[in-house]
Formats: sequence, structure tokens, C-alpha cells
Amino acid sequence: MSGAVVVNRVLRDFYLDSIALMRLSTELAATPGIIEAALMIGSIANKRLLADSGMLAGDGEGAGASDLILAVRATDGRAAITALDIAIDRLARMPVSAGPGGGVWRPQSMRTAMATLSDVNMALISVPGEFAVAEARKAISLGLNTMIFSDNITLADERSLKELARARDLLVMGPDCGTALIGGVPLAFANEVPRGDIGIVAASGTGLQEVSCLIARHGRGVSHGIGVGGRDLSNEVGAISTLTALDLLEGDPATRCVVLISKPPAPEVARRVFDRVARCGKPATICFLGGVPIQTGSGVRFASTLRAAAAQVLGTDLDTFDVASAIRRTRRGDRPSARRIVGLYCGGTLCTEAQVVMAQRGIVARSNAPLPGRRDVSVDGHEMIDLGADEFTRSRPHPMIDPFPRAEAISRAMADSTIAVVLLDVVLGYGAHTDPAGAVVAALGKAGDRGPVVVASVIGTNGDPQRYDDQVARLEAAGVAVAPSNADATALALALIGASR
Amino acid sequence: MSRSLLQSPPQVINVGLPGFAQDLERRGVPVVHVDWSPPHARDRRLGDAVLALSGHPIVEAANRETVARIIAGEPVLVDVRPAGEVLAGLEDRMVLHAGPPIEWNRMCGPMQGAIAGAAVLEGWAPDIVAAERLAAAGAIVFAPNHHFGAVGPMTGLTTRSMPVMIVENRTFGNRAYCTINEGLGKVMRFGGNDAAVLDRLRWIAAELGPALGATLRAAGGVPLKTIVARALSMGDEMHQRNVAATSLLLRATAPWLARTVLDAPKLARILDFISGNDQFFLNVAMALGKAMTDPARGIEGSSVVVAMSRNGTDFGVRISGTGDTWFTAPVEMPKGLYFPGFTAADANPDMGDSAIVEAIGLGGFAMAASPAVAAFVGAGGAAAALDYTRAMYEITAERNAAWTIPGLDFAGVPTGVDVRRVVESGIAPTINTGIAHRQPGIGQVGAGIVRAPLACFEQGLLALAERVGAE
Repeated sequence: MSGAVVVNRVLRDFYLDSIALMRLSTELAATPGIIEAALMIGSIANKRLLADSGMLAGDGEGAGASDLILAVRATDGRAAITALDIAIDRLARMPVSAGPGGGVWRPQSMRTAMATLSDVNMALISVPGEFAVAEARKAISLGLNTMIFSDNITLADERSLKELARARDLLVMGPDCGTALIGGVPLAFANEVPRGDIGIVAASGTGLQEVSCLIARHGRGVSHGIGVGGRDLSNEVGAISTLTALDLLEGDPATRCVVLISKPPAPEVARRVFDRVARCGKPATICFLGGVPIQTGSGVRFASTLRAAAAQVLGTDLDTFDVASAIRRTRRGDRPSARRIVGLYCGGTLCTEAQVVMAQRGIVARSNAPLPGRRDVSVDGHEMIDLGADEFTRSRPHPMIDPFPRAEAISRAMADSTIAVVLLDVVLGYGAHTDPAGAVVAALGKAGDRGPVVVASVIGTNGDPQRYDDQVARLEAAGVAVAPSNADATALALALIGASR
Repeated sequence: MSRSLLQSPPQVINVGLPGFAQDLERRGVPVVHVDWSPPHARDRRLGDAVLALSGHPIVEAANRETVARIIAGEPVLVDVRPAGEVLAGLEDRMVLHAGPPIEWNRMCGPMQGAIAGAAVLEGWAPDIVAAERLAAAGAIVFAPNHHFGAVGPMTGLTTRSMPVMIVENRTFGNRAYCTINEGLGKVMRFGGNDAAVLDRLRWIAAELGPALGATLRAAGGVPLKTIVARALSMGDEMHQRNVAATSLLLRATAPWLARTVLDAPKLARILDFISGNDQFFLNVAMALGKAMTDPARGIEGSSVVVAMSRNGTDFGVRISGTGDTWFTAPVEMPKGLYFPGFTAADANPDMGDSAIVEAIGLGGFAMAASPAVAAFVGAGGAAAALDYTRAMYEITAERNAAWTIPGLDFAGVPTGVDVRRVVESGIAPTINTGIAHRQPGIGQVGAGIVRAPLACFEQGLLALAERVGAE
């Protein structure tokens, strides 16, 4: 033991059961620089034990039977002091056990829950909206980054929560944000995506899902995907969370490039966000879906669709989707009166992207979620319906969770002789239905060659519980034309009605 | 903190949909799902007060100070003296009782019975009937023990001639007092007042009290903090179960008793009395509780409870930040197990200053340390005992690292009831208690648990909000 030092510290009038002390001693012995550790009550017998093993020194010799001796043998004095500080800190805050056997007890408040985790860093809140603000405020006050899944939160509350978080150097994701990927961990509605060097900030959940899945399916990965909520880039909220997220990604060594996805923000907010992106010093792509392309430069590029954003950040064009051969493969009946495309979407952002792709070909669809500045009329009768919009989900679950409402809409569309193409998104991942492709297939019914062509894209990966390849195979076996992205699916739908460029 | 979101693996608290927590659990991500329910606050005004005081900087700072003072206490049992000698202002024809202030005609049967017995004991009346007449005529002054730095179990009676144990809080220099536990069965604290009860009290005053006092003075006092710590790991919670603590105290005092009490038969009587009463330490724990909470009183803005007490009619709560005000509500009936021959119909409502031990994290708050008590009081098995304590973490400000619970992996006992959390969660403090017969003179008929009435905490919260100006 040459060079080793023995250091004792004494806590006066302190008693802890010897089983607990032995457990702590073992933990302490495993810390760097510690050769041996012993925590013992200073009884005569214990002191003799310590002395025999050469662990009794200085303060420890004077300890009495109601004192605790903390003794370490360490490689050097600094390691000894550090270990003793750790031990005293642990003694002061023994964590609350959730046992026995991982038992059934659940804390009833965040404050109590915090005591059961060693390094908790975020809260995920999905209580009804009327209570979510209070819970989020508590989480932020407790020093937690907060993801608010709940909706029905006023803009004023959203702003005040985000201001509170900003003042405490914390991030608020949401409200009404279904998706995040933090350090490779999917939160709420998210996909199993490998870790990589691409950071994503997204105002919309499905936008984040589509881009992260395209990245994953092209062999790359995501460092972090941060969902900031659909209204973060509004004038009222002023992109508080977006700017915080950009700060975080800038400081994150794992992130080498950044993608920002949002509806077109107010011009003033857009400028502030653009300036921040340009300053971040990492290659960046901005996708303001449905907005006019903005002035770019300084390493910042603009993408008009989610697919284009993914392609840019991947630095390659995505696998080319051969629309012509897809058309040849697609089963089509002889239905001369059918000219309409009807999109039945679970993901609002995907619905928007489809309209962007259509608009690029000069085609306007009627929509309950129209592109900014567009009226919801269509001369050709095309319809793009966001079934996840508030008017459909007020009294029932989101169609990503409960496929039944969309199944009904699909069945009706299949019997409509004016519809040429039914365009669908099939969203996989945690939180989503266990077999969304199966639900679509069941809804197609027996329309056969007399029904419209069904075109879909699947948002997911092979790591997802539903498995991407399985879901695609299921759809294809039922005669659905599956495109590799939502933008490609829309392009195929347009080609099928002869509206290709 | 924010940076650590991206730089350290996520550890998540999930509030709401359980599926989100299950997904994370399956991936091996540390996650705790909160068993959330909507805020309990019964009306808008209470809800607003909870919100206004939550995270309030004055309240938070005051609470930290309050709990730090409770935890910093170093209680030492130093002496035993007649109450009349040490309780300033305790006059002749004056009876101190448990709980908040109460008049004779509102007192429950056991309280009246005990007072009558005490009046005979003190020689104010020749017999029980005359004593009752005296009390009803207003010839006896009643006051709460708490107003004299004292506490007493059940009826909690303290009169001049009764010896009181003195616990000194060496950190702050204050002293607190409690009578000596009379043992089980027919005793004055349960309203007993017959000759046997009074004879035992006379022996305590004449022989036990002076001997114990001399012993403690000779020993230089007995430190109590580590006795409580050890007793917790031996299955006591210091309210219903005091067998380990009594043994430890007796072990610490026995050599000094032998040195002090040289008359062997007298020493034997004393040792017989203490070792024959598993609850002997209860009164010590109560004085200790009073000694530890008194320095925590009167901290402006504090929402921490510094006393809970019952007189058999009213439950009273004192909060550090609202001065000496008692917030009261009708006491509840204990739920528990009854001795053979008795049922809930015989039970007197909740009574005693003993809930002072819950105010310092013992008793019902430390139920997890005492699975045996959980079974005895009808609270269920060991798992249920753990849950009783875990629920108290929801309403307390701190965990006392000096007093830990082996069954909870040595987490400290939940300490410092925060009225904000009680009102917000609707979780009332759990108190372990003995149950007295509703008729005077019969004694203990069972034991169980009782909940503190929420109304006390609601009044306290509103008063604090007004005082802090946060309403």
C-alpha cells in the first residue's frame, strides 16, 4: 500500500443501520482512487476493527459510540476527500425506494417522483389541457425540461410557460407536441431512429417523424429531434422554444447539421429564427412548409418539402422514386368519370406537404387545413383532409391511435365513383396504433378494380414496434401503391390523374 | 440544467398517459410514472391560495428554515420535576389538557373523567362527584398543555403535583415537558379516575419522578436522537410502538438508576414499572417532539405545521407562519382494532397531544419502519405500511437524514407537513393512535389510525395566504 493515504471523517451523533452503511461502503469503494472504504459507528469494537485493518486515523480515533466514522484508503488525498464528500452527500439524501420488487406504488406528484430518480432531466406531461398548465409550471419550477403533449392550452399560457422556462435555462417542448427524440430516445409519438449527427427542430410532430424516418431509412441518424409545438413560431410566442432548441443543438457536439421544420412563421419571427440559424455555425436547412422560399446563404438552405429537407441534410438526392414504373405496377380499373384525388391524413404536416407538392404543379385542393393564403376551394374537386385536426379529435382519440374514424372515411371514398386516387399516410412508431396498415387494408373492403387507386406512404422504420417492411408488405399485398415518402406518394397520385409536370 | 437535457441520457417523469411511461420502461429508460389526479382543492379560493403560495419565494425560504430547525434539534432527556416547579404560570386549581382550548361543557367523557380524577388527586375535591361539580361551576381553569411548553397523551392532563419529564433541545436551548406514562389499562390518560389510578399517580409523584430526575441529573442527560434512530431500525414508529425505544432508554439509564437509587426494593419497583410498560417512551418521544418543533414556530411565511393536537372534540393545527393561532375542526373517529369485548361503538373520538410525533416525521409518518404496527392498527401488511409513509412524502417538505427507514432503503422520515401540499393533494396526515372508551374511567379499548381533518389545513392555508399577501 505504498503511497496510499487513510483519511477518516466523523459525523457526530449520527446513527444509521449497519446494513445501509455496508452498502454505502461498497459503493464508495468503487469510486475512482479509492482502495478501501468503511463506514462504521464508532463503538469500541468497531474502532478496534478499523485499527486492525489500518483504517483508523485522525478524527476517527476520537469518535464515540453515537458517532459515525467514514474511513477511506485512497491513492491520494484528493480522491479521499472527494469520496468522503460523496458519502456525506449520500447520507444526507438517501433516495426513496420504489420497491419492494419494483412494486405497485406510484408517486402522486412530480416532486415525490423526483426523489426516486437520480438525475431526472425532463417531464412529459399529457394530462387534460385544463390541468396541463399547472403541471408544466410545477415541472419547470422543479428545474425540469418539459414536454407538453396536452393540447387546449391558450397562447398566453404557452408564452408564459416558455418565458418561465427560458429564465431558468430550460426547454419547453410543445404544447400540443407529440414527438421528440432526445439522445436517441423516442418520446411520446416517435420512431425508433438510430443516433447520428443530424439535429432536428420541428414545430410539428409528424414533420419530425417523416424527416427522421427518411434519414433513418437512408442509413443515417438523428442526434436529437426537438418538437417545439405548432404555435412556437407564432408572433405571440415568438419562437422562444425554437431559439432555445437551436442554442442547445449549437452547443451539442454530437450535432453536425440542423434541420428546422415549421409552418411559415410571421415575417418578424422568421427573420429572428433565420438569423439565429445562420449564426449557429452548423450547416442548416430550413423548411417552412407552404411558405415562399426565403433568402438563404451563410450555410443555410431552404427546402420546400419534408422530403427535400431530408435530401438536403443527407447531402444526396433520396432514392429516386420511379413514378412511371410505379404507375405501370399500379392496378387501375376503367373508371373514366373518376378524376379527383382525396387525401385522408392522420398527420397534419403531411397533409400540408401534399398540398405543397400539388401546388408546385398548379393544383389546388380543398382542405380543412389549407396552405397559408389559399382559399379552401378546388376547381378539380381535390380534397386534402387532416383527420387529426381539432374538429375531428375534440371528442375522440387521434386517428393515429384509433384508426376507426379514418377507416370509415376510407370505406366511403372507396365507394365514390368520382374519386380516382385515395392518398394516405400510415404513421408507425411508439404511441401509434399497433397495426395501422392492417386497419387501412381492412377498410379497403371489396371495391376491387371498380374502386379508386390507393396510394400511401409509410412513416416509420424497421426498428419501430410495427416494423416498416412488414407494414409496407401488408399494404402492397392489398394492392396499395406504397411510395417511399409522402411527397413521392403525392407525386404518384398526381401522375395517376395525368397531372404530372 | 437545460444543457444536460442533450448531454445526459433522458430520465423522465411521466404525468398523464401511462403508455408513454411503458414505452420508455421497455426501452430501459429511467422513468417514473406519476399517479396523477386532478388537484383536490375543494373550491376556487383554496385552489388560488395553493397556486399563489406554490413556489412563493418567501414561503419556500421560510419552509427551508422551519424544517432545518426541526431537523437540527438535539433533544436530550435531562430531568424530571413536579410540573408546578417548572411550568411557569401553572397555578393551583388549573388543569392543562391535550389539544386546542376547550370549555368544560364541550369536553368528551374521558376528558371530564380525567379532570375529575385530577381534582381529587390534587385535593381540590373530596370525591369524583364533587370534583365534577367544581369543574362545571367554573372553579377550575383549563388551558392547553401546548400553551405551557408541554404535551400530554390522550386526555393529556397535567397538574401541579404531577412530575414532568424535561427534554432540552441542546441546539436551541429550549425545554419541553411531558408527564410520565402511566402504563396500559385503566389510566388517567384514557379518562380513568378510580382509586387505583390515583394511587399509581401518587406513587409516580412520590417515588418514580424524583428518582428518575436524580438519575438523569447524575447521568448528565440521555441524548434521544440516536435512540429514536435505532428504534426506527428496530421496528418502532414511536407512537403505537415504543418497545425498542423504551428498551434502549432503559439500557441507557439503568446503570445510573442503580447508582442513584440505592434502596434495592425501590429500584426494583422502578425497573419493574419501566420495563413493564412498552409505551413508556411515548411520553419521552412527545416531549422530544415538542422540544424539536418549538424552535420552528413563528417563522413568517412558513407553511409548515408545527403542532397537531386533539382534545377529543376538536382537532387543532398550528402553522409556523401563522403565529399561535389554532386552526380547528371536529376530530374524526379512529379506525382500528379493538380489545376483546369492545367495538367501534365504544370508541371515543380522536384525542391527545401525541400527534406531535407525527409533526416530526414519526408515528403514522414512519409507519414503513413498523410493519408490526401497520398490522396492529388494521392498516394492512408490510407493503401497506410502506405506502402509508410514501403517501406522507407527498405532503412533507423534507426527509430527515438522521432518522431513516430500512424498509425504504434508508430514506429519511417524511418531515414537516406543508399545508399547501395537504390542501392541493387532499392527502391528510396519518396519525397512529390509541382509542379510549367514550365513557370516563374505562380506559383504552383499542388502537388504530386516524386522519387529520382537512378543514384545519384549509383554514391555515387561507390565513397564511392572507398574511403573506398572496391571496
